[in-house]
Amino acid sequence: MTKNFFATRTGIIAVGAVIGILAPLLQKLGNPGNMGICVACFERDISGGLGFHRAAVVQYLRPEIIGFVLGSLAAALAFKDFRPRTGSAPFVRFVLGAFAMIGALVFLGCPWRALLRLAGGDLNAILGLAGLVFGIWLGTLFFKNGYNLGRTQKSYTAAGLLMPLVMLGFLILMLMFPQMEGEPKNDILFYSLKGPGAMHAPLIIALLAGLVIGFIAQRSRFCTMGAFRDLLLFRQFHLLSGVIALLLLATITNLVFGQFTMGFEQQPVAHNLHIWNFAGMALAGLAFALAGGCPGRQLFLAGEGDGDAAVFVFGMIVGAGFAHNFGLASSPNGVGPHGIAAVVIGFAVCLFIGFSMRKKN
Amino acid sequence: MTKTIDARGLSCPQPVLMFLDAVKSADETNFTVLVDTEASKENVSRAAQSQNCQVKDVREQGDEYHLTIVKNL
Repeated sequence: MTKNFFATRTGIIAVGAVIGILAPLLQKLGNPGNMGICVACFERDISGGLGFHRAAVVQYLRPEIIGFVLGSLAAALAFKDFRPRTGSAPFVRFVLGAFAMIGALVFLGCPWRALLRLAGGDLNAILGLAGLVFGIWLGTLFFKNGYNLGRTQKSYTAAGLLMPLVMLGFLILMLMFPQMEGEPKNDILFYSLKGPGAMHAPLIIALLAGLVIGFIAQRSRFCTMGAFRDLLLFRQFHLLSGVIALLLLATITNLVFGQFTMGFEQQPVAHNLHIWNFAGMALAGLAFALAGGCPGRQLFLAGEGDGDAAVFVFGMIVGAGFAHNFGLASSPNGVGPHGIAAVVIGFAVCLFIGFSMRKKN
Repeated sequence: MTKTIDARGLSCPQPVLMFLDAVKSADETNFTVLVDTEASKENVSRAAQSQNCQVKDVREQGDEYHLTIVKNL
């Protein structure tokens, strides 16, 4: 049996450190502020790039996301860890994905971005991270009471390859219909002319960074939700050590690049409504916990053949459509007109799922 | 007596939860845990070590892993 270096303590710390360095570097190369990598924001941009929502400032097929899935697939194939499987309550996972996205967009970021925002000096992220931990803690209570979405079934190799193929398809579309100077659209793809969606590192660099992170994250099982869940549920620090490494290295890299500005005010792509930063991320944290992974982890799982994780990802992409079409997403000006209602409904749905989907031993 | 825990098809944290429940509640000291992903294998092994248990053997059987775990007395 070959030893998996990335599954060791040193390995997970190394993976967190690599992400912590690459994310601020991607920001330096063009990605939005404190958003070197944000899985929720980037899936939201993909949703916009495909026209599922028409928020003009957040439309771009982010190559990092494509790279995450394909990099994970490469690692899974290289190390005989590709396991095509599906069938563990897919639609429940879709709904959880949608509300996870809605919660994340009330805060304005996934757990990765919460860490990167803090690493850039945005103190509002503390509220988001506190909310994330609270939501995950709620999730652990359900786990302790028998919450379980049931077993997956083995599936066809082709079934496991579908999600990577979809991502490959997105990449081909990007190459066929690239962004054109001053044009908001190239045939079927939408592009932002201003705002976060207009800010991006060069395609090839973003894709390569995504591939590298996808590869090593698949091997290490890096998961920000799992980090806090394992601490709360098992008193285990393994995954958390990777998260801490990410935060530390991202802070150092931001300081080196001059990308660190501490405070609550005037932070990039952020608002300072503390309650809704907390509540949005609490909803997202609960949904991630109930679905068994943070948005990044869901992409890596999808790359290694987990069809249910792929459904969660598409739940998030569709959730982004709802979030922007219905005015649920926040902006630097504050929460969206219906954001608060969406958080309340999201909690009701997640609690319904948590209470009702329990297996008696 | 060996207690068998079938965690095949379950994603994290279920396999670890099932194993920990068994270690805490069962009289047995020998456990066989069946999982079908490498991540679950690693997670259960890590949990076993934190519970004063030893992973004696990891057998690969097709797409599955059979972990033999013994609780140190």
